[in-house]
Amino acid sequence: MTGHLAGRFGQALVACFGVLTIVFFVMRLSGDPTLLLVPEGASAEQIAALRHELGFDRPMLVQYVAYLGDLARFDLGESLVQRAPVAGIVAERIPYTVALALGALLVALGIGIPSGIAMAVWRGTVVERALAAIVLAGQSLPTFWSGILMILFFGVYLGWLPTSGADSLASLVMPAVALGALTMSTFARMTRISVLDELSRDYVAAARARGLSRMAAVGRHVLRNAAIPVVTIAALEVGNLLAGAVIVETVFAWPGIGQLAIQSIAARDFLVVQAVVLFVSIVYIAMNLLADLAYAAIDPRIRLER
Amino acid sequence: MTRRISPGMWLILALLAGFVVAALGADAFATHDPLRQSLLLRLRPPGTLQAGRSFLLGTDDLGRDLLARILYGARASLLVAALSVSVSLVVGTTLGLLAGWFRGWTAVLIMRFVDTMLSIPAILLAVLTVAVLGPGFLKLVMVLGLTRWPRYTRVAYAQTLQVATLPYIRAAEMAGCSAPRLLLRHILPNIAGPLMVVATSEFGLMILFEAGLSFLGLGIQPPYPSWGSIMSAGRAYVARAWWLTVFPGACLFVLVLCVNVFGDWLRDRVDPRSRGRG
Repeated sequence: MTGHLAGRFGQALVACFGVLTIVFFVMRLSGDPTLLLVPEGASAEQIAALRHELGFDRPMLVQYVAYLGDLARFDLGESLVQRAPVAGIVAERIPYTVALALGALLVALGIGIPSGIAMAVWRGTVVERALAAIVLAGQSLPTFWSGILMILFFGVYLGWLPTSGADSLASLVMPAVALGALTMSTFARMTRISVLDELSRDYVAAARARGLSRMAAVGRHVLRNAAIPVVTIAALEVGNLLAGAVIVETVFAWPGIGQLAIQSIAARDFLVVQAVVLFVSIVYIAMNLLADLAYAAIDPRIRLER
Repeated sequence: MTRRISPGMWLILALLAGFVVAALGADAFATHDPLRQSLLLRLRPPGTLQAGRSFLLGTDDLGRDLLARILYGARASLLVAALSVSVSLVVGTTLGLLAGWFRGWTAVLIMRFVDTMLSIPAILLAVLTVAVLGPGFLKLVMVLGLTRWPRYTRVAYAQTLQVATLPYIRAAEMAGCSAPRLLLRHILPNIAGPLMVVATSEFGLMILFEAGLSFLGLGIQPPYPSWGSIMSAGRAYVARAWWLTVFPGACLFVLVLCVNVFGDWLRDRVDPRSRGRG
């Protein structure tokens, strides 16, 4: 078990290091990263001075080491547009994105898991077909379309929900539903497969032979075992929700890190964009690790195998 | 072994063919120039007839015909998706074949790189890269293609490992077949099925990515039409001109839905369990 844990931590560290490296090179793809950081209309002298000040005239390897060193001290640099530390700018927005992601996760779990169970239990019936259609729709809906349609219907036409901003809990409803739709489909699909898998096992037949109703067998025995893969998916999906927030936050003017990233691109404030990408990627890796650990903790078979 | 194609599947295939035809024949079907603006014809509702010209789906905020823009938008969407899927398919498969064939350190290096790429959410990496490089059709295709190759590598790697141990490969090797020839002539055709399944699901995703990036202003640049950018412009007029959001969005939704259904269908056909062993 300890060996497995150490191995997984090692992998996560390698992945973090890899992400930092990829982002470092992507930032330099255009040739001169200085141009990504200066406000529009800066003179050539100002740009040259800034290039020297930021160290972009040093050899690539030196820059790379300095970059890793800064990040190791959680120094994300200073935004030249806002004249403030990048870490602070991003940190301010994180709670909004976390609230949005949690709301979406709630929507996804609340609809996806019961749908998945129902699809498995009533396999081959009208119920399964109807739910399968909803799941398929959720999988193919572009969030920016469903988002705008919801704004049009619930916001403009019915006037039930605020169309944008983050003033109250009601503002969270539409963005959370738009963002959660895809994840809902993933949960429904996984839950269906997982429950079907378990339903075909001998212990279910045994439980039914003992006189348990189908529902009781599912409720008491199947769900516990079927939950294992679903729990791990939940952790992974949090990362996807954070990434999907880029578009949903733009549609609903939700002041999270996704909107911040898009605003910062327009304002040519790329250190902030870089910080958002790094943050989401590291959370994603951490969630991956957590999923693996949870998997091993819930399912003793995993521990024995390794 | 043949299996019948259900009527529902025929419908999906017909719709997909319809999108392709619409995209290819945009020049013939569009009755208006998608770029021609007219301040007098701003935000006209669907079915507008004016000065002997009809605007079946209405006009946008610059008085351009929405139908023409949607048709040309279909072309942009399918072209970007097809090209970027090709890029990632070639890159991903090549790396997967190499990792599966050479194993050892080559495999460790390639597969670690795959893991790392998969730890950056693709949409964010694409947003960052496109923003750094600046807009452009080819850049968009390359960025999408080069962010989405790792899934092909995983599949190609796992499949190559399996196929490489089969007797006919050993036989070909002993007969003096060179490694490139073995990989391309004997292994690749045998792992193509699962790769096509991945490519189909990626195709749907690429369509969404292109539309999403264009919606954010990072994809196809104005004045050229893309479903994403039409919707982005329409967002400001959503209460006054619903058609700018509803029509391009519906096209996008139906197209992605068809691609996803087709992908599921293809997967069920290719799935080794349903095909039997050997």
